[in-house]
Amino acid sequence: MTAMPKVETEVREGVDRETVETVEAMAGKYKHGWETEIEMDFAPKGLNEDIVRLISAKNEEPQWMLDWRLAAFARWKEMEEPDWAMLEYPKIDYQDIYYYASPKSMQDKPKSLDDVDPKLLATYKKLGIPLQEQMILAGVEGAGEVPAEGRKVAVDAVFDSVSLGTTFQAELMKAGVIFCSISEAIRTHPELVQKYIGSVVPQSDNFFATLNSAVFSDGSFVYIPPGTRCPMELSTYFRINAENTGQFERTLIVCDKGAYVSYLEGCTAPKRDTNQLHAAVVEIVIMEDAEVKYSTVQNWYPGDEDGVGGIYNFVTKRADCRGDRAKVMWTQVETGSAITWKYPSCILRGDDSQGEFYSIAIANNAQQADTGTKMIHLGKRTKSRIVSKGISAGRAQNTYRGLVSMHPKAKDSRNYTQCDSLLIGDKCGAHTVPYIEVKNNSSRVEHEATTSKVDDDQLFYCRSRGMDEEEAVALVVNGFCKEVLQSLPMEFAMEAQALVAISLEGSVG
Amino acid sequence: MLEINNLHVELEEEDKAILKGVNLSIKAGSVHAIMGPNGSGKSTLAYVLSGKGGYEVTEGSAKLEGVELLDMEPEERAAAGLFLAFQYPVEIPGVGNMTFLRTAVNAQRKARGEEELSAGDFLKVVREKGKALQIGSEMMKRPVNVGFSGGEKKRNEILQMAMLEPKMCILDETDSGLDVDAMKLVSEGVNALRDAGRSFLVITHYQRLLDHIKPDFVHIMANGRIIKTGGPELALEVEQNGYADILTEVA
Repeated sequence: MTAMPKVETEVREGVDRETVETVEAMAGKYKHGWETEIEMDFAPKGLNEDIVRLISAKNEEPQWMLDWRLAAFARWKEMEEPDWAMLEYPKIDYQDIYYYASPKSMQDKPKSLDDVDPKLLATYKKLGIPLQEQMILAGVEGAGEVPAEGRKVAVDAVFDSVSLGTTFQAELMKAGVIFCSISEAIRTHPELVQKYIGSVVPQSDNFFATLNSAVFSDGSFVYIPPGTRCPMELSTYFRINAENTGQFERTLIVCDKGAYVSYLEGCTAPKRDTNQLHAAVVEIVIMEDAEVKYSTVQNWYPGDEDGVGGIYNFVTKRADCRGDRAKVMWTQVETGSAITWKYPSCILRGDDSQGEFYSIAIANNAQQADTGTKMIHLGKRTKSRIVSKGISAGRAQNTYRGLVSMHPKAKDSRNYTQCDSLLIGDKCGAHTVPYIEVKNNSSRVEHEATTSKVDDDQLFYCRSRGMDEEEAVALVVNGFCKEVLQSLPMEFAMEAQALVAISLEGSVG
Repeated sequence: MLEINNLHVELEEEDKAILKGVNLSIKAGSVHAIMGPNGSGKSTLAYVLSGKGGYEVTEGSAKLEGVELLDMEPEERAAAGLFLAFQYPVEIPGVGNMTFLRTAVNAQRKARGEEELSAGDFLKVVREKGKALQIGSEMMKRPVNVGFSGGEKKRNEILQMAMLEPKMCILDETDSGLDVDAMKLVSEGVNALRDAGRSFLVITHYQRLLDHIKPDFVHIMANGRIIKTGGPELALEVEQNGYADILTEVA
């Protein structure tokens, strides 16, 4: 988290002095690369039915959940890892990974955050995510004129395989909102979980989602009751800490009729020279007239300049606009990970439902990103909008891959896609792979794509006014991303701006 | 203020000599104009002084208040007090004009070890200076130069100059693409900045601009050199007779 400027509009306009200072203070290093030394409880390395049973037992799950996991595992054994993405990486040895890692001190399931090991709490404090129920996130004091009351953010903190705790639960409960870890929800609200889990991303959906279904250990669960506007932003902060450990989180959000929620997700990991696997699933169910905003700032360790280490990020995220006039908005800022494979999607099932996808994907050094979205138009008069900004630097490869599908019944539906790529230097690549299927004759699909280089004239213009080269690049790139940055909640917009600048450090000159 | 001595410059890619020994001395508080036929090296001189890439200095020096400019990065030259008003101001999509200005002002202040302007103080100053150039809040919010008319772009350059308060201002064909009213506005903006401690180098094709911004000296540049220097009357002579007479006279 970074310091906030005093005037809100300044945040929205591009890079700011404060951002640049923060960046300079970070001195070009991955900021979250440190490690928490803590005694861990690991399940044995490798994957088999016993491991699936063990994870289920650790979470004290009912039989139906275990059966569901085992069915997924049986499926997964028959599946093959997909290779259609424009990504190159050595074959993953699924038997060389720990599938469960939990701090020892979490074994007794602390009743509240007050009972959690201070070392763990300190980890989140260091990341700028305080778990005390204070008014605002650390580092954003001076959020200025915005009343503190409106700035509350509830946090679910997931450390390796377990959730440490969730803040503001009591206050949210008063509004009828359920926000807890998914393992807790399976115990306390089994009927809701059983009804919705796998209903958007089925067990058999794809290789990584199926793997997740078998071994997911924790994640967040959100339920917003009918007609309720969630009284604060909800967020989950994922931290991978243990070495050679996969993180398989599963998030399930159900937004009932006429309800609204804005949800944020952040991720970091220590610097290590081995690769780590992260295969998450996010399912969102949106009923009639409900609306969900889901924002991600993904800052997993990207590996070093030579491409050593970094997270392999294979993620399945999907929202199902199940009711009429349901709305979903995905915003993602993808700056981390060695490999990103991620396509947050919208199923526009209800009539007049709407899906939006705003994305900034930055790949520097040896990073590879293959990311985009799927807009599946099933209902009448459904609308979707895709704005993707890909930035490539160093030797990185950045691919936008997106599907827009208009089904026969999706009469009078519309899609607008804008795909812009920006290249920095001459050794990187940008690729755009749009898939468009239209099966009725009253729908409209528009696709615009541009590819440009960071212009020497722009940089010289900035420098002739006194900005140094890195400041100039950050300014130009933040301008390029502006449309997406604007769709982020303010706290994340600042962090994202700073990240954009940090991720591109060393990309010029 | 600015001492240019025997400056030779080639285009990096073509090995082509553009400036072939430019000598120019500008005292603090004075206004110099450079005129000359197309391709004589006027804009190159402006770019080389401000540090644009693509040029190679093969000989000579250019000192601002005794400090060699040619060894500095463009941003260092800016912080040292040099400013170039571009002939073709560059568009930066998505970056608000105000953000750009504030980033620039504070970058220079920081480079000089001065305290940064607070958002409030900056806003006050920029509003006041914008007013004189008829730049309102709407234009401040728009992305830098994107969709600006010719006149708006040039007014914006002068606003940047007013905000950055440089010591040595170079105006590269600031009059090109301006209608009569805009030229007046821009000239007034420049004249308001005239000061005993600030010098101007005005590059132009037309006497017209010099009616508004009265120069102390006029130089004629041709084929990479300054071939004649005079007072304001020299510009009038060019206006009436073109360059042919001067070129033959010197040859």
